Formats: sequence, structure tokens, C-alpha cells
Amino acid sequence: MGQFILRRTSYALISLFILSVTIFAIVRLTGDPVTMMAEPGARAEDLDRLRAEWGLDQPYPVQYFAFAKNVFMGDLGKSFNYQMPVTTLYFQRLPASLELALVATLISFVIGIPAGLISAVKVNSGWDNAGKVIALFGLAVPGFWLGLVMILIFSVWLGWLPTSGQGGILNLIMPSVALGWYFAASLLRLTRSSMLEVMRSEYIKLARLKGLPGFIVISAHAFKNALIPVLTLAGINLVVMINAGVIIEVIFAWPGIGRLLYEGIFQRDFPLVQGVVIQAGIMIVLVNLTIDILYAYIDPRIRLTK
Amino acid sequence: MAFVTEQTRAVLAGDARPRELGLWQRGLRFAGQLPVLPLAILIPFVLVAVFADAIAPYDPTEPIPGAKIFEPPFWLEGANPAALLGTDFQSRDILSRLIFGARVSLIVGVMGTLVAGSIGTTLGILAGYLGGWVDQAIMRLTDAWLALPALVFAIFLATMVGPSMWNIVIILGCVLWTRYARVIRGEVLSLREREFVKLAEIAGASSHRVILRHILPNVVNSTMVLASLQIGVVIIAEASLSFLGVGVPPPEPAWGSMLADGRSMLMVGDWWLTIFPGICIMLVVLATQLMGDWLRIRLDPQLRNL
Repeated sequence: MGQFILRRTSYALISLFILSVTIFAIVRLTGDPVTMMAEPGARAEDLDRLRAEWGLDQPYPVQYFAFAKNVFMGDLGKSFNYQMPVTTLYFQRLPASLELALVATLISFVIGIPAGLISAVKVNSGWDNAGKVIALFGLAVPGFWLGLVMILIFSVWLGWLPTSGQGGILNLIMPSVALGWYFAASLLRLTRSSMLEVMRSEYIKLARLKGLPGFIVISAHAFKNALIPVLTLAGINLVVMINAGVIIEVIFAWPGIGRLLYEGIFQRDFPLVQGVVIQAGIMIVLVNLTIDILYAYIDPRIRLTK
Repeated sequence: MAFVTEQTRAVLAGDARPRELGLWQRGLRFAGQLPVLPLAILIPFVLVAVFADAIAPYDPTEPIPGAKIFEPPFWLEGANPAALLGTDFQSRDILSRLIFGARVSLIVGVMGTLVAGSIGTTLGILAGYLGGWVDQAIMRLTDAWLALPALVFAIFLATMVGPSMWNIVIILGCVLWTRYARVIRGEVLSLREREFVKLAEIAGASSHRVILRHILPNVVNSTMVLASLQIGVVIIAEASLSFLGVGVPPPEPAWGSMLADGRSMLMVGDWWLTIFPGICIMLVVLATQLMGDWLRIRLDPQLRNL
């Protein structure tokens, strides 16, 4: 077990290293960050001063080392626009994104799991076909467009829901449905295939042969095991939603991390964009690592395979 | 012996060949198995995209002379008969913009998928066939890439590189290759142990030759299945980037940027600006997805659970 944790942790560190080198390289290679920081038409001396101030006159390896050290110490640089550390901004916006992502996860559960379950139990029936249609539309209808259409119907035409901003429960409904939509479809498909796999296994056959009622076989025996991969996916989805809900947050003026990133893009605030991206990467690597270790703890077979 | 047909007699006589279908008959049989619905959606879109210059009534980037802004589609009151589906905020023809937008979406969808597929398949084959540190390096790179949500990564790159249609193609290709690498690597790992590969190696074929002549032809099917399922993802990603203003730059018509343009008028109920581009995205993605499902079942039954 110790060896497993060690190996996985080193993989996670390597991932973070590659990620940071990539981001560092892209920022340096795609143009001089100083010209982005300075006012257009700034004098050459001013540019040189800025360069020295940000350490950009150093050789690349030295720059990278300084950058990596700062990231490791939790310093992601300072936003030009806000004149505040990016980490502070990120954690200020985190609760809003977390709130949205949690409700969206809940919605994807409520739609995805029962629908996937019914599809698997009544495989190749009308229910299953209905589930397939939902899954297909989940992929084909972009969540952000669904959001716009919902605004049109429920805010503009019917006047039932507020169009944007954070506030009561009513504010949460549309953004979380729009965000959870795609994930509901992916949970549906995973629940279905996971259930089908479990239902084929020997112990389910045994349970049936024992004469247990179908309902108990499905709920107590099959569903419980089929749920494991589904919950894993949901955990990863949650982190992805927190960090990748950019468009939904923009459409609904939701003051979360996605909107922070969007502001960074528009104000050419490159430390902010870079910082949010790195922070997202760190968070996802850590969550994946935790899930891997938890899995290995629960299931010894994973520990032993390379 | 009335029940012995001509053919049976020929078989008994030992000079029969199995009944061969002519080219024409085989063509017909193949056509009978084609998926009707997705093709019925895709073919018109492809034709429209190819012949956009001939079909579109107006220049998509120029205002219609004499037309007002935000004119509704033809069946609504106050419509301008010159602009069938209405006009946008610069009194440009929405129909023409949709038509040229199809070209952008399809080019980005197909080319982006092609770039992603080439990168991913190459890396997957190298990792699986060469093994050792090459495998380790490529897999760690894949992990690092997977740590960032694709959209966030693409937004970051697009912000840094600057928007243009071909940049978006490259960016999406560079972000979305990971799935190919993983799946293809897995397949190559088992192909490598197969006898025909072993024999080629013993016969003295170079790794270069083994990869090109023996490995690549055997993974092409999987690559094609993955690619057909990914086109829709790429199209939605392009629409998302364009919506956020880091995709295809204006005045070039892209469905995503049309949605962004229409957003401000959603509040006053000008629904057509939002509904038309969204329906186009939905139809194309739906059709490519169905095409992909069909191809998957046809080419590789093992991938059915993907």
C-alpha cells in the first residue's frame, strides 16, 4: 500500500511538473508578457524596467525555477487588474462555484442515475430507448445554449425565474440545470453500462436462483456495486464543474471561478488567466490522487496491478 | 429430385463457386445499411458548407443595404422579405451567416479532429510499441493533459496564441488527443504480443516498418470510431470558444459568436438570434454522434461500451 501511494504521488507530482512547464513555456513563447502588461506605446526603458521587475530578463531555466518555487509556495502571482494575489481571488470565488457545482451534481444525479438504472433493468425496451435519447441530447445540446433557451422561456416569456446573479434558490435553478445537463447524460450512460455489467455477474445469478424478489436483487445487490464507478465519476465531475463552468457562469453572471477566468481573458490579465489555470490543474490532480488512493484502500486488486 | 436446385447441383458437381455479389449489388446492400437519419441531416449541411458562396443570398460580413438591425424572420410581423431569417445587430443577413457558419463549424470539427487523432494515435502507437521510458514519458504527458479540463486549457491557449480559425483547429487538436493515446496504446500493447507482429520482428523488419505495415492498419478502425465520436465535441468546443470571444474572430460568421451577438437581445425577446444558431449546432452534433455510433457498431463491436 505504501509503495502504491508513493508511486501514485510521484505520478501526480510529475503531472504537475509537466503541466507547469507547459504553461510556463506557452506564456513565454506566444509573445512578450511585458508588452501585454505595459500600456500600448510604452517607452523601451519602461519595458526594460518592467522586465527586470518581473525577472523576465533572466534566462528561462532561472525564470522557471522562480515560477515553480512560487507556485509551490502557493503564490500564483498578482492580477494586473485587481492588484491582488491570484490565489486570494481564486479562493474568494471558490464558494460560489462550489455552490453551483454541488447543485448541478445533485441535478445530474437526480436525472442520470434513475434513468440509467431503468435503462439497464429494462434493457432494449421503450424505457431504454428513451434513456438513449436523453443521453444523445445531453451530448448534442450544448449546456450554454440550453441556458440561453431557458432564460428565454422562463425569464423573458414566463417571467418565473431571475435571469442572472447569485441570490436565492430561484437564481440557482437555471445555471445548475445548464451546467449539470451534460453530466447527467454522462452519468446516465455510465450507470447503465455499469449496471448491465454487474447484472451479468455470477453473484446476481445466484441471488436470483435463491429466489430473491427481483426488486431486492436489483436494489440491494446490483445497484450498490454498480454505484462505485458512478460515484467516482461524479467526484471528478464536481471538480471539473467548479473549474470549467466558464460559459454558464458568464451567461448567468455567476460570480465564480469561471467568470474570473473570463474577466482575465478580456482584460488581458495574463497572470490571472495563468494562475486560475494552474490552480485548476493542481486541484484536479489532487482529487484524482485522493480517489486513486481511496480506491486502492477499498480494493486490494488495484494496489497490486502496475 | 425436384428439391435440388441448380445451385445445389453445381455444388454437388464440385464446380460451384460461392455466389458472388456484383459490385452493383454490394453497393446496394451497403446503401441499405447506411444510417438514414444522420446522413439526411449531415449531407445538406455539408453541401451548404461547400457551396456557401453560391447559396448564401448576401455577404455574411456586410450589412444588407437598406435593411434595419434586428429584423425578425419572414413569418413574423414587421419582417423584411429581403432577409428570410432576419438580421443581426449590424443588419447582416442571419441566413447567410448561418450558411457560412456551417463552413466554419465543419472545417474546425473535421480538421481539429484530424489533428487530435494524428497526435493521439502517433503517441499511442509509440507508447504501446516502444514501451519503456518512451511509454512512461507519453503516459505522464497524457496524465498532465487530462488534469486540465479541455475547455479551460483551450481557453488558455486561445488567449495566449490569439484567435483565428486555424489557430482554433491547432489548439483543439493539441488539447483533445489524450483519449486516442490511451485507447490506441492499450490496443498496441496487445497487438505487440500477436504472432504476426512477432514474426515480422523475427524476420528482421525495422520498428519503423512494423509500426507502419503491421500496427497502424490494425488500429485505424479504433481511431476512426473515436474520431467520428469526437467531431461533435470539437464543434461544441469551437462554438464555446467563439461564444467567449476567443474563437473565430469577428466579422467571420461562426455559430458560437452568433449566439454571443444575440445574447443581449434575448432579454427583449428577440429569440431568433439565439434559437437558429443553436439548432444548427444541435443538429450537426446530433448527426455526427449518431454517425459515430453507427460506425462504432459496424467497425468494432468491442468499442460498444465506450
